[in-house]
Amino acid sequence: MSRNVKVNVEYLTRVEGHGNIVVNVKDGKLDDCRLDIVESPRFFEGMLRGRSIFEAQHITSRICGICACGHTLASIQAGEDALGFKPSEQTIRLRKLLLHQEMLDSHILHIYLLVAPDLLGVKSFVPLIETHNKVVRRALRMKKAFNDVCDILVGRHVHPISAIVGGFTKLPKEKDLDAMLDILEGLRPDMEATLELLSALKFPEFERDTEYVALVNDSDEYPLLEGDIGSTDGLRMPKKDYLKITNEFVVPHSSAKHTKASRESYMVGALARLNLNYNKLHPKAKKAAESLKLKPVTTNPFLNTAAQAVECVHCLEESISILEYFKEKGVKQEEAVVVGLNEKGTIPVRAGSGVGAVEVPRGILFHNYEIDKNGKIVNANCVIPTGQNLNNIEHDMRKLVPEILDRKDEEITLAMEMLVRAYDPCISCSAHFLNVKFINR
Amino acid sequence: MKPRVAFFDFTCCEGCQLQMANFGEALLDILNLVDVVTFREVMSERSEDYDIAIIEGSITTDHDVERVKKIREKAKVVIAYGSCATIGGINGMKNKFDLEEIKKYVYKDGAKHFSTIPTRAVHQVIKVDYFINNCPVYPPEVIKVLKAALQGIPYEVPDYAVCVECKLNENICMYDKGITCLGPVTKAGCNSWCINNGNICYGCRGMVSNPAKNGQMDILQKYKIPLDWVVNKVDMYNKPRELEEEKPKK
Repeated sequence: MSRNVKVNVEYLTRVEGHGNIVVNVKDGKLDDCRLDIVESPRFFEGMLRGRSIFEAQHITSRICGICACGHTLASIQAGEDALGFKPSEQTIRLRKLLLHQEMLDSHILHIYLLVAPDLLGVKSFVPLIETHNKVVRRALRMKKAFNDVCDILVGRHVHPISAIVGGFTKLPKEKDLDAMLDILEGLRPDMEATLELLSALKFPEFERDTEYVALVNDSDEYPLLEGDIGSTDGLRMPKKDYLKITNEFVVPHSSAKHTKASRESYMVGALARLNLNYNKLHPKAKKAAESLKLKPVTTNPFLNTAAQAVECVHCLEESISILEYFKEKGVKQEEAVVVGLNEKGTIPVRAGSGVGAVEVPRGILFHNYEIDKNGKIVNANCVIPTGQNLNNIEHDMRKLVPEILDRKDEEITLAMEMLVRAYDPCISCSAHFLNVKFINR
Repeated sequence: MKPRVAFFDFTCCEGCQLQMANFGEALLDILNLVDVVTFREVMSERSEDYDIAIIEGSITTDHDVERVKKIREKAKVVIAYGSCATIGGINGMKNKFDLEEIKKYVYKDGAKHFSTIPTRAVHQVIKVDYFINNCPVYPPEVIKVLKAALQGIPYEVPDYAVCVECKLNENICMYDKGITCLGPVTKAGCNSWCINNGNICYGCRGMVSNPAKNGQMDILQKYKIPLDWVVNKVDMYNKPRELEEEKPKK
């Protein structure tokens, strides 16, 4: 079949940040297919130079409003690694609780407000207020619930206040634990309803086997906050070697930096984590995975959204377990740390380099800082999940377009948009670190 | 007819837009009062016909300048939303650097693909009718300003120090703990959000128009805090204040 198709989606909607999709088919053959990033650059890595390592969390949290807690945790981990500071067991447990809220909050936003409208055939959640009022209310209720837990735990979800290098400036009291438990336990029915909704929706059929990259460990815990870097192609390395896996490179058709590990591209995110660590999921989450027909290795990227739902079940149950642990053992209030450019000198400062590697909603996030003997940042590097996925998205697009060429232009466009949205791309994050090609607008 | 509201994001993290979703079901009450016609982060629908433009993010490219001017031409009311829009915010830290140098540092050989100009707040380019400060925006203040905007009455951002609210919240003063805090020079209105949670004030609401300069110097002397420490902290959010304001034309 000889046919010309030109898809040019400017300002892709329902994603975080600005991206354009370009597809060009000439005489039935795919000529060009790419995802351009048109976000204004912000130069975070450059701006960090000269700031104190104790300010890095506050600044890098502002890379992204959606995954502010994720950036916070990766930044703190990198800072503590550089300083040679070991956080307490209580601190680590509370950070895991925070990371669970981040996953839940972001995944729910993505599933309900950004993806569900596609699967229900509307342009946004707004028409759903009329047609699916209960669903919209459930989504907003869940979103607010995780937000409320973050309010209690760290002051707020967007740019958390009390999580810093060294620990927490404010620790939850008994009544706070009760309040968080109340909220989370009360969400179980909503979570079940979420799974039901997803089982009823039909995801597009498409398969492309790729390499999946996520944190791995040797324990029974589903690794999110800590671990080595692993892949389904058998790679395994400590986090300090992250540059060996990200291998950023420049491609001629677009000046956006891409990444590849063992093969032409790799995927990070909920589906990658599920493919690598399925056996470590909470039993209830495994059940959810079965009901959504997800098992390792799943190679349909559209099912990333379903994998997010499975992780929601996991994170909800794990959060409740952590809170029950603290209810039993209590929170040691004396561990609260005093903030402020380390003016009190409670944490010894030394020159060094540190890496943070944390699983955030969209995949593995790396922060890397080099500091001088006064704790001033000399060099900074951040590798964002969406940046790592861009290359994989384009490879998916190149396989998908020829498979659906018999469809109408609008349908091809929608399929492309849905594919990109399935990755839950956070372009506002990644563009700050990517080379951006400004296409003619 | 309900007023038509459009959200626009410029250079920012989009966290302030997300604060809207964090209203939960109360968001539906807000949506009863207005018609949201453009909100790219959550809607595929878009419209060029709107009454109120809510602008998030700072102005950092020539393209941003042109775009925000066009929005001003169309909108009856412009609301600057969040620290990036109201004071330039975190993005302003780059103004401390040589722009060519920082471009090369971050993007290496790819630096030539970018155009960037010193970070400016929205009112440094166009006339702004309402300011919702804070990083991220403080939900109770968002409601206050939206109410004012819908009724067509002015909203004044409090022009006294965060310390006023902080004292009412009975927090122990950070200076008494030996820590430098920007509360004394920062506009109130956040109910001392960060200090309530054990952190310091970072100045994200912008500086009060008439800071008690001598009082502040006394504090610094009393606690032996070098002035450049404080200036460095102020610059985290407030660097763009140094740029001379372009005369905004309506």
